[in-house]
Amino acid sequence: MRNGLAALLLAGLLTGTLGAPPAQAAKDELTIGLTQFPSNWHPSVEAMSAKAYILAMVRRPFTAYDADWRLTCMLCTELPSIEKGTAEYETRPDGKKGIKVTYTINPKATWGDGKPVTTDDVLFTWTVGKHPQSGYANFDLFARDIVAIDVKDERTFTIHRDKAVCTYAEINDFEILPAHLERPVFEADPANYRTRSKYETDTTNPGLYFGPYRIAQVETGSHVVLEQNPTWWGPKPPFKRVVVRAIENTSALEANLLAGQIDMVPGETGLPLDQVLAFEKRHGSRYNIIYKPGLFFEHVELNLDNPALADVRVRKALLLSIDRQAISKQLYEGRQPVADNEISPLDRVHVPGYPTYSYDPKEAAKLLDEAGWTERRAGVRHNAKGERLSLEIMTTAGNRSREVLQQVLQAQWRQAGVEVRIVNEPPRVLFGDTLEKRRFKSMALFAWVSAPENIPRTILHSSMIPSEANNWAGQNYTGYKNPEMDKVLEDLEHVCEPDANRALWAKLQTIYAQDLPNLPLFFRADPYILPQWLDNVVPTGHLDSSTLWIETWKPKG
Amino acid sequence: MTRFLASRLLQALVVLLLMSLAVTVLMTLMPGDPVDMMLAGNPRATPADAARLKALYGLDRPLLERYWHWLTAALAGDFGYSRLYAQPVLSILGPRLGNTLLLLGLSMALTLAVALPLGVYAARRPYSWADNAINLFCFAGISVPAFWLALLLILLFAVELQWLPASGLGPVGSEGWWQRLPYLVLPVASLTLASIGGYTRYVRAAMLGELRQDYIRTARAKGLGEERVVWRHALRNALIPIVTVVALEFGALFSGALVTETMFAWPGMGKLIYDSIMGNDLNVALVALLFATLTTLVGNLLADVAYVALDPRISFKGGES
Repeated sequence: MRNGLAALLLAGLLTGTLGAPPAQAAKDELTIGLTQFPSNWHPSVEAMSAKAYILAMVRRPFTAYDADWRLTCMLCTELPSIEKGTAEYETRPDGKKGIKVTYTINPKATWGDGKPVTTDDVLFTWTVGKHPQSGYANFDLFARDIVAIDVKDERTFTIHRDKAVCTYAEINDFEILPAHLERPVFEADPANYRTRSKYETDTTNPGLYFGPYRIAQVETGSHVVLEQNPTWWGPKPPFKRVVVRAIENTSALEANLLAGQIDMVPGETGLPLDQVLAFEKRHGSRYNIIYKPGLFFEHVELNLDNPALADVRVRKALLLSIDRQAISKQLYEGRQPVADNEISPLDRVHVPGYPTYSYDPKEAAKLLDEAGWTERRAGVRHNAKGERLSLEIMTTAGNRSREVLQQVLQAQWRQAGVEVRIVNEPPRVLFGDTLEKRRFKSMALFAWVSAPENIPRTILHSSMIPSEANNWAGQNYTGYKNPEMDKVLEDLEHVCEPDANRALWAKLQTIYAQDLPNLPLFFRADPYILPQWLDNVVPTGHLDSSTLWIETWKPKG
Repeated sequence: MTRFLASRLLQALVVLLLMSLAVTVLMTLMPGDPVDMMLAGNPRATPADAARLKALYGLDRPLLERYWHWLTAALAGDFGYSRLYAQPVLSILGPRLGNTLLLLGLSMALTLAVALPLGVYAARRPYSWADNAINLFCFAGISVPAFWLALLLILLFAVELQWLPASGLGPVGSEGWWQRLPYLVLPVASLTLASIGGYTRYVRAAMLGELRQDYIRTARAKGLGEERVVWRHALRNALIPIVTVVALEFGALFSGALVTETMFAWPGMGKLIYDSIMGNDLNVALVALLFATLTTLVGNLLADVAYVALDPRISFKGGES
């Protein structure tokens, strides 16, 4: 009887007959379901996507990339620029070329307790950020990039940056803190500030927030309640209350959506693509589902210390022998675009014209022959020394989507005469040890994420190869070394004249495509399941959350 | 009695000490340094940043020094802060423990309330259609994976019938405990249905054994009523192995039910222990696991006391009375 019930329920679920239409929530409340719950609330102590998603509704960065991937002011009044005179090159005392950049805080910006957001908060934030005991992970920005801050008045300040970088106007990570609340805590005990901060001890204090909402209730591990912030200076948000519920199991999250307990699941930290594709077939007519490809670059990382992979012909053959278009169509129903390069076509700095590698098994076979892997025994290529063309591919165990992709890749490479063994590890082992210490033997399947216009220095510069000598710093896990690429990466940081800068980006993408230090696969699409009564939710496709614009979301009618 | 308790207390202290050392060593041996994991998403972090943060979190000190520091502080009542949650360990554990106790305590009480009569009923009518039906129910409960059962309950009662909430601790802004009751129904039902089968089988097996004993035949021959024979004589002796099983489960009351907590978004100890181990949050993992160990030891101590109460042949002196 129980099995019969299970079968009935399953059949109902599969055919889409199960589940009443999602209850249309009262229009003054929106309930969002996430798969993570933030473990802490300080905006700068530890990065976490669920925390960033929620904090984007209650605070605003000075600058952020918008849905069109353009840098925009959020807390400031205008982006600084050389042309307008609000940014100016200067020579640092050590002779290096630096830049000073002036920002004005929005004059209406006010903390939730009514205190104005001022340059005193800016100076305090800098003091905390550069303090070696503050526990900040992005110490680089505060302690090295910013060498001085001059205050002009309560709202205007000038940041002196160590390097004259082209992205000088961007201070997305400068998360301002309320000095009137946090200074006494910090000064009392800087070493324990990260645990004594009011963000952790008094999370619902309105003075900690200045966004359209403020955190009104936290039930750790379960949900967070946000209420409208009466001191918000922008357009009034449409919902009186936003509830964010954390449901880690994705099947349970989907069931909660169908039960009407949550209204929407965002792509930032929601359901995996394959689950949403299946969901859409059953229930798509009752929801608005958006797939937003972005900056998550799914690729196969190669260990170039492996003799077979050190040969660029083998790397090209590996890419030519997989049919990424067919995989995208079959596995992702075409929602996840094929990547031909590290730089997303949505990025302003993407310059087409570099070599691309469509599925071409004949060309792949030719390249493998040229590389000496000529003899096929039992379907596997061997070289003149009798060595098998046998590789390993690793990925994060338990990531269903990647595990399926891995099996398809294995089968397609087998057709080309390349034997590939699957060796997976839990994420913390793969990322915390195997990749970082470059212990993977040949290939690893995972994704890189970055910001728009990000220079991939840490991934492609030869100085960023992790080793014992540099205490395993850097993310050039492939061990890729090309002096020409190094030069381009270095020049990109300071050659800002638009044409010259674009030429450098074009060169970077061409060298990458010629050398193939890793195998580009797809740009991951983040799926958003939204209620049909909700308008104006615009996914960004990058790390700045869609909730940075929550005040523009609107219930229909 | 006093000597027995003192001896068990001493044993418990040794076990806890060894356990704390073992957890510290094992978590330190796990791949993935917490600071490296923290900085993995920050491409601009330098080796100097990693060194600074490791010093800040005390990870640059030798293992035994860190352990000694933790132990001396813990003995003074300071269990430290959680690295992940940036909160004192006890303030994180407290609410989770309350949630887990509520969920698992209710589930265990319900399980025993159903399994005892069901097991006794089945044992009194072995191999009858009723016994077979109970056995079928038990095996179904034992065989169905917890997550599957949880999902089915959610789909039926929350999605299809919309009688009960699918997950969570309670309605937003709830003030009374009664408002949380509907939220308890599905997770408690899920846990109870999954564990009734096992307990019923234990009770049935233990009762079957007892009902065949000579003393039962003698009691019946003396003219005692059947209900008195079963409930006062047979069950009392059958409870000894059942108490052992319940005592072993007692620790689980405090260490949570990971799958059920995850499925029903019920923040309890199981999820906390899992997250703290995966996130390398040593202070939380250590205290949570020690607490689970302590409660298992307490459960076993209570079982020993229960044996004495149930069986007059057992005494704290070690010999038969």
